[in-house]
Amino acid sequence: MSGSPVLFAFDALTGALFLLTALGVVATRQVLASLQLFILQSLLLSFSAVLLGIAQNSIHLFAVAAITIATKTLLIPWLLRRTVREEVYGTREVERVLNIPSSLLIAAILIVLAYVVANPLLGIVAMPFVQINLPLGIAAMFLGGFTIAVRREAVPQLLGLLAVENGVFFAGVAIVPNLPVIAELAAAVDVPVITLVVGLLTRRIHARLGTTAVGQLASLREE
Amino acid sequence: MELAGILIIPLLASAFSLLPAGQRFAAPVTVIASAIVLCLAIVIAAEAAQTGHVAASGEWLTCDGLGALVLLLVAFVGFTAALFSWGYIAERVKHGRRKSTRLYYGLYNLFVLSMLAVPLLANVALMWIAVELTTLLSAFLVGFEDTPEALEAAWKYVVLTTLGAVLALLGFLILYWGSRIAGLEPFTWVGLVEAAPRMPPALLWPAFLFILVGFGTKVGFVPMHTWLPDAHSQAPASICALLSGVETTTVLYVILRLFPVVGGAAGLDARPWFIGFGLLSVAIATLLFIHVRDFKRLFAFSTVEHMGIILVAAGLGGAEAHLGAAYQMTGHAIAKSFCFFAAGVTVLGLGTQEISAVRGLVRSSPVAAIALLAGGFAIAGAPPFAVFVSELVIFKAGLASGQYLVIAVLAVLVVIAFCAVMFHINRMIFGVADQQMRAASIPLSCKATLAIAAIPLVIIGIYIPTPLYGLLKAAASAMGG
Repeated sequence: MSGSPVLFAFDALTGALFLLTALGVVATRQVLASLQLFILQSLLLSFSAVLLGIAQNSIHLFAVAAITIATKTLLIPWLLRRTVREEVYGTREVERVLNIPSSLLIAAILIVLAYVVANPLLGIVAMPFVQINLPLGIAAMFLGGFTIAVRREAVPQLLGLLAVENGVFFAGVAIVPNLPVIAELAAAVDVPVITLVVGLLTRRIHARLGTTAVGQLASLREE
Repeated sequence: MELAGILIIPLLASAFSLLPAGQRFAAPVTVIASAIVLCLAIVIAAEAAQTGHVAASGEWLTCDGLGALVLLLVAFVGFTAALFSWGYIAERVKHGRRKSTRLYYGLYNLFVLSMLAVPLLANVALMWIAVELTTLLSAFLVGFEDTPEALEAAWKYVVLTTLGAVLALLGFLILYWGSRIAGLEPFTWVGLVEAAPRMPPALLWPAFLFILVGFGTKVGFVPMHTWLPDAHSQAPASICALLSGVETTTVLYVILRLFPVVGGAAGLDARPWFIGFGLLSVAIATLLFIHVRDFKRLFAFSTVEHMGIILVAAGLGGAEAHLGAAYQMTGHAIAKSFCFFAAGVTVLGLGTQEISAVRGLVRSSPVAAIALLAGGFAIAGAPPFAVFVSELVIFKAGLASGQYLVIAVLAVLVVIAFCAVMFHINRMIFGVADQQMRAASIPLSCKATLAIAAIPLVIIGIYIPTPLYGLLKAAASAMGG
């Protein structure tokens, strides 16, 4: 059940790269680079799912991997190209609230926090993969949330949201290797729908306001 | 059979509304479909009130007392808001945008469908999907007016509530992990309550916190409430009625479901968290009432306040307090949707949402003024309306169980909130206008909606019909008694 040391080592490597891509999304300046990092992150998620699938003999995890590749590396980039092409391929720098060094410092604190949150859960069952995937998944989740907070524009915020999703699933493949297929299918529908809704909304905001700097929208607030 | 029907009818109505040929009939079809759904919901609720549990169609759909109460409220507001939309949306899209009318009703039916599905789906993972879909399907309804403010509101709504839902997803995955360790096969609420004592508390507790904070974002608990007053003030009034009246309640329902699960585990106590989040929400909403300038925002903050009160009531524990919580949910859904209908006819009549721009409404538009006054009294908790009675039940239950401090704080806040709400509404209705305003006439369907929605508003504070009382009892016992 617990798998060979080789698979474990590969999963540890995948987890490290997964966290690096999450950090990359925090640090990159351009939208296209963020999107490419997101695609890479999704590939690493499905690779981890395959490794765990082999180790635990779970057909569900192969399904998760296939669904992730289909939706997150193919469908979502295509949807974004269709809905907000000029946003993704524009080569300008994304406005941000914090500079990169301080962002990375906060990111480091968030990673430590993720380990603090995950720590009480690690001792419950002797599942080695949980030791890697759960804290790293939670860390990627926090970093995605942080990306949403510091980015001022629509598409980078969406990519942050999807990175949070990736983090949850990275933890999810380890803690629930046998989630019912129906839930996987539903998740497969959910993620593209988020992208579509947010993409279309972005397009309307752009058409209406001439900008997608959603961070500057501040007409609605109390005195 | 009824359970499946409730989900199929809105789907058909939505498909019909989206057809190019259906555009002239989209509104009446939606009204009829939601009326049928309401009838089915009443049948289910009556059965649940008697037996406490409605037999499932297959193993996918199920409904107990609490689920039936939420179902009934969603179906009721779904019907009144559909009727209100008929006149309101036609008035708002006078200039050509016919396609958007079709889109409105198509999404309207799907949005109501997703809310109806939440209390019916037996599988907890599927229920999460339904909650998530309520956000995604209503995003364009929130941004329907297509003004910069509406789009800003829709953006915040989607990003923050989806982020919350994803956070809650991790909670549900951990819960599923725990239920596997406890040897539970189907991942249902009933099963979770039963399996909770065998789950490791170290798993159950973080799962609870992730779901409380994640879905709490969508309910609008402070400090995750920042999107709520925007979305609930910028959407068309019919959508506001659904968002504020029942969407929040639907998600709160999920959090209330967790209460008996966590309560079943040794050494865990959700009550301080419920009371803490609840009191904080009531307190901040009360402060925000004071300098609010937009009357739809006023009602939106009132939603934050009421969600807080219900959470406190659930956290007090005991059958009486839970009965109060169920009653408060009912009173809030009915009164808040009525308030937004009243706000909607005021907006139609005067073309503004500014409190300071509305003075002497009783002279310029008596119908809107009376509706706003009744709605204001009902939502602020004046006798003889339901919210007054439910708040008394909650206070009494809290005092009986010796939680004096919580009740004292809650009572003071509720009284301040009452004064603040009535201060604003009083000025709008009876204030002296600088110049006499001329209000546009109100569409017939909007008047009809106000008349229909007023019936339960007036009745349930004075007299609770026996079947409804049975339903409230069943709902309270599903919360863990």
